[in-house]
Amino acid sequence: MSVDQTTVRRIARLARIAVTDEDVPHLQGELNAILAFVEQLGEVDVEEVEPMTSVTPMAMKKRADGITDGDRADEIVRNAPATEDGFFLVPKVVE
Amino acid sequence: MTDLTDLTLADARDGIAKKSFTAVELTQAHLDAMEQARPLNAFLVETPERALEMAKASDARIAKGEGRSLEGLPLGIKDLFCTQGVQTTAGSTILKGFEPPYESTVTRNLWRDGAVMLGKLNLDEFAMGSSNETSAFGPVTSPWRRPGSDARLVPGGSSGGSAAAVAARLCLAATATDTGGSIRQPAAFTGTVGIKPTYGRCSRWGTVAFASSLDQAGPIARTVRDAAIMLRSMAGADERDTTCADLPVPDYEVAVTRGVKGLKIGLPKEYRVPGMPEEIERLWQQGAAWLRAAGAEIVEISLPHTKYALPAYYIVAPAEASSNLARYDGVRYGLRVEGRDVIDMYERTRAAGFGREVKRRVMIGTYVLSAGYYDAYYLRAQKIHTLIKRDFEEAYAAGVDAILTPATPSSAFAIGEKGLGDPVEMYLNDIFTVTVNMAGLPGIAVPGGLDAAGLPLGLQLIGRPFDEETLFAAGQVIEEAAGRIALPEAWWGR
Repeated sequence: MSVDQTTVRRIARLARIAVTDEDVPHLQGELNAILAFVEQLGEVDVEEVEPMTSVTPMAMKKRADGITDGDRADEIVRNAPATEDGFFLVPKVVE
Repeated sequence: MTDLTDLTLADARDGIAKKSFTAVELTQAHLDAMEQARPLNAFLVETPERALEMAKASDARIAKGEGRSLEGLPLGIKDLFCTQGVQTTAGSTILKGFEPPYESTVTRNLWRDGAVMLGKLNLDEFAMGSSNETSAFGPVTSPWRRPGSDARLVPGGSSGGSAAAVAARLCLAATATDTGGSIRQPAAFTGTVGIKPTYGRCSRWGTVAFASSLDQAGPIARTVRDAAIMLRSMAGADERDTTCADLPVPDYEVAVTRGVKGLKIGLPKEYRVPGMPEEIERLWQQGAAWLRAAGAEIVEISLPHTKYALPAYYIVAPAEASSNLARYDGVRYGLRVEGRDVIDMYERTRAAGFGREVKRRVMIGTYVLSAGYYDAYYLRAQKIHTLIKRDFEEAYAAGVDAILTPATPSSAFAIGEKGLGDPVEMYLNDIFTVTVNMAGLPGIAVPGGLDAAGLPLGLQLIGRPFDEETLFAAGQVIEEAAGRIALPEAWWGR
């Protein structure tokens, strides 16, 4: 399988990465090189093989549902590009 | 007295304990070496004040007879580990200026044991690369050069800053991480020792995520013993990482001298790949002969799905990366580029903040997880993932204790030499290491000798789950037989 330029733009949209008209042919070539490389996986018989979900057989650790941390709003927003009164600021989302 | 920066970590530890020199003297010697070596671009951030403060505190503890296992030993930290109040970028523009309000578990463990932080080490952006050329802050130059040439070589990647700094004696050892070979390949390229422990041996808490089911932290050091000392401190259970194993950490240093008598070491025939240089094959056979001479039994084994590990990895790892890197949206930390609306802001921020390799992988990951392609790509790759792991399980069930392979298909190459047109050319560097991440196993790279061009080549040993001890024992046998290779003279900064 290979991707055309429309698909490259669609993937970029899904991935939330802006692309320019100049980027598209490069990306198309690079993505198709990777897709051509993984094509060989089609040779393998995977009938009745379970997909891997966890490489080590381990049960998910659980803990009591209690408060273990918090009251650190200042630290949490300190690295944000735009904040106000302990909130993250984003452009208007709802009209 | 020899130069303090030429000491192994173990010798520096013993020297400090015997009061042959102070932690401050040892730290200052490394800070001076770092300043001289700035042309290598190994460090992204130097923290000399903090280092000297930590060293002073170590000297005070030693004076009171309260020295801990890494007391006063100066280390470099890959810039993928969050360090409280010290910029952590993952080699990316999108995290430029980010100062974590918390400390990663691995680095916290090192400070708990008395180690000194020298600074943060360069790496491929988000650990995606095999040459350290994808860093947003410029490539790292290897301390190694071909005799008679001043061409700048890559140190490997993604832990290129770690490997270069250790080989150039800028730190006694360094932290590193490995998702497809990022500890073992740069170790092999720089004549150093690197171990990726079993998945779950080190906590991933506070380490910037690339592909969470494959990422593992480990050390790069100058000897097998030094790597063993480092891993013992870095590893251990952590309630903040649900994939971190609740297992006691053995005293790995004890295992170093255990030998290989009676062990069965497998050589997988599928690792003889077309186009592999003859000297790599020769080194591999030499490694097997060294282990045999030390009392191990060498057997040929088969890992039939080996050739599918790298293509399966290039579906699984980008898929996880596309999900993990969704958090870089210009809202909570890092770069923001304003746009017409919130979506436009996300898209512009990520276009400006991510480099080419990261964009490629996020896009491939997005594609293989998207509706209509999930079964054909992602689900199939995860089924093959199961088969790759099964190959190893069958080899171990048949009585093999460890597996010996070459670490890389070539020695180091020049900056700008590979992967410019076709990204897959660069990916092939990890052909021998990536299987180990896919199977969650421990793997160590140990220097085996020099190639005809005078550059280091490494051997890889792969172990059973949570049996890093056998790797240290067998790695030590190789290190002793090969002889520690002479690291390059300091040509930089003159």
